[in-house]
Amino acid sequence: MKGKQYGAKLWKNIRTHKGLYLMILPVVAYYLVFCYYPMYGAQIAFRNYTPKLGVFHSEWVGLKHFKEFFNSVYFERLIRNTLSINIKNLIFGFPAPIIFALLLNEVRCVKFKKVVQTVSYMPHFISTVVIAGMILQFTATDGFIAQIMSLFGYPKQNLMLNPSLFQPVYVISDIWQGIGWSSIIYIAAIAGINSELYEAARIDGANRWKQTLYVTIPGIMPTIITMLILRVGNMMNLGFEKIILLYNSSIYDKADVISTYVYRKGLLDQNYSFSTAVGLFNSVINLTLLIIANKLSKRLTEHSLW
Amino acid sequence: MNKGKMNTWTFRIVNTIILTFIALVTLYPFLYVVFDSFSDPIELMRHSGLLFKPLGFSFNAYKKVFTNASIYTGYFNTIFYVVLGTIVNILATCMAAYVLSRKQFMLRRFFTLMFIFTMYFSGGLIPNYLLIKDLGLIDNRLALIIPGAVSTFNLMIMITGFEGIPQSLEESARIDGAGDWTILFRIIMPLAKPTIMVILLYYAVGHWNGWFNAMIYLRDAGKMPLQIFLRDILTRNQLGAMTGQTDVEDVGQTIKYATIIVSTVPILCIYPFIQKHFVSGVMIGAVKE
Repeated sequence: MKGKQYGAKLWKNIRTHKGLYLMILPVVAYYLVFCYYPMYGAQIAFRNYTPKLGVFHSEWVGLKHFKEFFNSVYFERLIRNTLSINIKNLIFGFPAPIIFALLLNEVRCVKFKKVVQTVSYMPHFISTVVIAGMILQFTATDGFIAQIMSLFGYPKQNLMLNPSLFQPVYVISDIWQGIGWSSIIYIAAIAGINSELYEAARIDGANRWKQTLYVTIPGIMPTIITMLILRVGNMMNLGFEKIILLYNSSIYDKADVISTYVYRKGLLDQNYSFSTAVGLFNSVINLTLLIIANKLSKRLTEHSLW
Repeated sequence: MNKGKMNTWTFRIVNTIILTFIALVTLYPFLYVVFDSFSDPIELMRHSGLLFKPLGFSFNAYKKVFTNASIYTGYFNTIFYVVLGTIVNILATCMAAYVLSRKQFMLRRFFTLMFIFTMYFSGGLIPNYLLIKDLGLIDNRLALIIPGAVSTFNLMIMITGFEGIPQSLEESARIDGAGDWTILFRIIMPLAKPTIMVILLYYAVGHWNGWFNAMIYLRDAGKMPLQIFLRDILTRNQLGAMTGQTDVEDVGQTIKYATIIVSTVPILCIYPFIQKHFVSGVMIGAVKE
């Protein structure tokens, strides 16, 4: 009964606002074809895909590809690298822009502040290809970073051929590229804090350090939490393009992550079903992380995405 | 009190030093690229460590870059993808944002959630690839335009922007007999120009910098955007193929750097003018949260 009523209401809505429905139609079609159809097509993870039989008629094999992945020699390495790169990136990369925003907030000279900000946003607009190319040049044996490191007693080497250096280079370059751009949202949040709060803190005798600790940081906490949830919820996909451009087979041991493995297995080896299974595993973990992070923050801080 | 003042000053000085250091570290790699690209390759080979000005002075690397036909092909293709792609992006995003910001549209919440869900879950690389293949878009320029027609993130910013426009304007236009398309193009879009500019720039930079889809969907070198040539030169050391020269060893590095400059200069030139728009875009997104 209720459904029928809703149907009638919707029909009336469609008839009175035909234009709106026509206008959204192409975009809905776009989402159905390019976002939802591939989700449906991900069922080849449970099939043995052959081009001849296609996505929906290839032989059904259930969890075979998942089992193969869990038992493969690479499974442990991929999980280890994915987690370790992302956790390092989270520990060092996440607080960096917050600290940067707080430091900028203390600057009194507007011109200096503007210059620092403008410079710091710039690397965000440089393409991943150029960034990766620069990193590869600078860390090559004759690159300036490798040369400087050799002055401090490190052996003269191509840093990108040394497995133990890949993750530090990755994380440091990520901070370098993102610190300014990611700080914008915190700078905006700081600007939005009610100035009366500072006034009150000053009357209570709080110095700048105490004001930062008790007014600024609590004031931007909702933003910090939101960014943290979003970051955790995107963890498994981060940096995929950059790693593909940077790594080489001699450092796979530390550089190969799930998404790069999906790319190699799928597009280079054309192992479509297996690769889709690995990708699906990745997506599900990703979504689970997002939901857990959101739940946790709802319980602990009352801030959440939904 | 005096001690407090001292502390404040010490902090300010230290803070200025830290921030200056961050700014210099951010800027230096780009300066290095510039200096190196103008340097004399022979002197460069004998040099070790940082550069603070070009070593010697030579345009040779740039001459080599500009005599290379594939740079022109790449430039032309990139401009094509940026222009056409951004037009499609803006049209689709504005249409969706207009409808999803109308209170009278009943399926508003349903479609918004349907779109947002795709930000957190996707079919994955291979199902997307197979879709493009089944649609016959492999090695078709449209493969760089249609599949990314709407970015949900940008759409959400645009919806917030459109919601900020008073409803009364729409109502009075409707009384004058204006339809949805007229309202969108004549009233909403001109009023939301700052937001549209931001989104336009996001999309355009995305197209300019994009390479991954080109790599997996395109085959023909004549259709490749600039970033693919850059990748071949920078990360795969295909210098010989690019220059057809034998003295690659001598000029190799400077050519790489010169290519970076040539391909990045457009962005660096417009960057100072557009950076305040980018910032306001993030602000609009921030208000949403």
